[in-house]
Amino acid sequence: MTSYEMEEDLPEAPIATTPSDVNHTASWRTFRPVIDLKICTKCNVCWKFCPDDAVAFDGEGYPVIRLDYCKGCAICAEECRPKAITMVKEE
Amino acid sequence: MARLTIPAEELMRPGHSACPGCGATLVMRYLLKGLGNQTIVTVPACCWTVIATPFPTTALDVPMLDCAFEATGASISGLRAAADKLGLKDVTIVGFAGDGGTVDIGLQALSGMLERRTDGIYLMYDNEAYMNTGVQRSGATPEGAWTTTTPVDALSHGKVEPKKDIMAIVAAHRPAYAATVNVAFPEDFVKKVQKAKAIRGPRFFHALAPCPPGWRYSSEKTIEIGRLATDTNIFPLYEIEDGVYRISRKLGIAKPVREYLQTQGRFAHLDDKQVAGIQAEVDARWKRLLALEGLA
Amino acid sequence: MVELVISGNYAQSYAAKLARVQVVSAYPITPQTAIVEKIAEFVASGVLPAEYIKVESEHSALQACISASALGARTYTATSSQGLLLMHELLHWAAGARTPVVMGVVNRAVAPPWSIWTDHTDTIAQRDTGWIQFYGESNQEVLDTTLMAFRLAEHPEVRLPAMVTEDAFYLSHTVEPVDIPSQEEVDAFLPPRERSSTIQVGVGMRLGSFTGPEHYMEFRHKIARAMGRARDVFLEVEDDYARLTGRNHGGLLPTYKVEDADTVLVTMGTATTTARGVVDAMRADGHKVGLAKLRTFRPFPVQELRELATLVDRVGVLDRSFTFGAAGAAFTEVAGALYTAPQRPLLRDFVAGLGGRDITAATVREAFLDLLTRDGPESAWVELKSRTEAS
Repeated sequence: MTSYEMEEDLPEAPIATTPSDVNHTASWRTFRPVIDLKICTKCNVCWKFCPDDAVAFDGEGYPVIRLDYCKGCAICAEECRPKAITMVKEE
Repeated sequence: MARLTIPAEELMRPGHSACPGCGATLVMRYLLKGLGNQTIVTVPACCWTVIATPFPTTALDVPMLDCAFEATGASISGLRAAADKLGLKDVTIVGFAGDGGTVDIGLQALSGMLERRTDGIYLMYDNEAYMNTGVQRSGATPEGAWTTTTPVDALSHGKVEPKKDIMAIVAAHRPAYAATVNVAFPEDFVKKVQKAKAIRGPRFFHALAPCPPGWRYSSEKTIEIGRLATDTNIFPLYEIEDGVYRISRKLGIAKPVREYLQTQGRFAHLDDKQVAGIQAEVDARWKRLLALEGLA
Repeated sequence: MVELVISGNYAQSYAAKLARVQVVSAYPITPQTAIVEKIAEFVASGVLPAEYIKVESEHSALQACISASALGARTYTATSSQGLLLMHELLHWAAGARTPVVMGVVNRAVAPPWSIWTDHTDTIAQRDTGWIQFYGESNQEVLDTTLMAFRLAEHPEVRLPAMVTEDAFYLSHTVEPVDIPSQEEVDAFLPPRERSSTIQVGVGMRLGSFTGPEHYMEFRHKIARAMGRARDVFLEVEDDYARLTGRNHGGLLPTYKVEDADTVLVTMGTATTTARGVVDAMRADGHKVGLAKLRTFRPFPVQELRELATLVDRVGVLDRSFTFGAAGAAFTEVAGALYTAPQRPLLRDFVAGLGGRDITAATVREAFLDLLTRDGPESAWVELKSRTEAS
């Protein structure tokens, strides 16, 4: 990520161009979702309702939580119809 | 895996600063899935000013232009005029403003944009209060709701006045297209956005954006609460296209409003009489909407 | 080039047309209305292929211009008095976002009581916003300066919005002969706008953003530096314009008969023309007087004032505004410029012409005579209808 310590490093106008991906919001959460792949039906509802773009897919189409970004809101666990997701307390 | 029911492409980045469970982020996410990347978003002061993250980062993969609080409608008009002059005719201009920034301080500029027939989309994401500044009441706060400026105490029992009907105000300007959308119904949301994208002229969306800290509920309930809002007829899903009303979703029997109200701490103080009053109001509005749908 | 007898308002309209503005967004207010009516005529006839956004308020007018400018269009608006005050929030925005909007302002007094007549309060109240400010003396100067303003505002070393003012009715509604450059001449002087640091479609970028204490000061310092560079860039731009048209209006602080003067009046706007006549009359009477015109208020001509201070013993500032609790704005800024100058003449403030009260030759003569014969008071209101001393 570009470092903007000095005036000379700043763009002339207040224009932000670095994607927010560099902000890891993992530390926000108290609970993290754990997906039981034996129960998961790959319906994609967790991906569909995640506000943080924190659900990716593996090579077999199973959802994978992006723990760098998940804030532990638990919408995925709540909306998962087969109840394949449990919220586990972070240590 | 099952076929995705909404487009796969993400134009909203992770790492944004939204609260956990924020409805407003899903509004942006679904909007951009519907519009694609030839889009410019102009945003006034609102939660999304902060959600988009501080300098030097940005949470969107499309250009975002901050504008003054009052002026979203004017910003859309300015962008559209410049885009047309610069030969960028296929770019969609979207104003993305909160409820306070639309029904209160932004109403004049919205009205101007609609009256001028600006070819652009104005989306109001509605978390029903000035949430960015800490949950103060707006003209869009529903009757009875607790907010910091309509607290619950001896002399105050939540907001006294009913919620401003922004769709009625917009409809009076005869937009090319207007619709309500809800984060709990993403397929309907995206479909309406894609439809609007292909229409020329002024277009408006009223998007429900449940807010965990402002509505006082645990973050995992955002979608459930959104769903209940529509299924109780508190937030009906409908479109207005060239003056013709079309309801998008009708349950055989609507759920009682109590089921929605009891999910949120901001309504916890309501007594039976107030709930009955809200039920009556919702029923009357639904009847009126059905009648509007009936008009050719 | 064509000579037309036109008002100051139309001078603005012709300048905007020649500058090939792409987006105009304006709201009517007396006495600016003719500017935008003429532009509407140009657009309607096809002579100016611009988008004209007929907004519902001045606040929206400037927002529309800023947003259009942010995408890369050349934009123009015009207003006056209450309209300018309503835009105030967005004046800060245009400078902060580094959008080179150009605006014509017809100087009109502020309410209450309502007054449509001239004084400089409205634009003086914008001096902190980061806009380049020119005060116009004649319709010719208004047209020429507006054209120069586009080039200055868009210059890569500057990139700041600019306003060109004209006194209500004295210029806005009074017709004077004006040489209007040809489109070819203007095209040679003012190329299409360069689209750097504007919104790029399809790219994740955010213009505006928000920040904490760690970055804000440095962004503001960039504006300060840009305003500093605007000084020299303006002189270059005016040289270029002079080569093209033969007209050079004298830079930031045009002077008149100061070389052998011991007493000088600093003026702004149309009062300058009157004062020039008084200078000649008083010189005929043996007084060694001269005048200096504050043509640019921003950037403030500090260097030029300090040079002037080495030539003269007494300086009077003719203010057409007043900052309550302090003094006339021009006086305050001249005093600021001269405080650390190696030579400091006697400096006095003469507040006149508020709300359109006429600044006549007699008014100016009275100010000069007072300046020549008395050392004080420091700030005085001229020809005030008061039974007590006006200060």
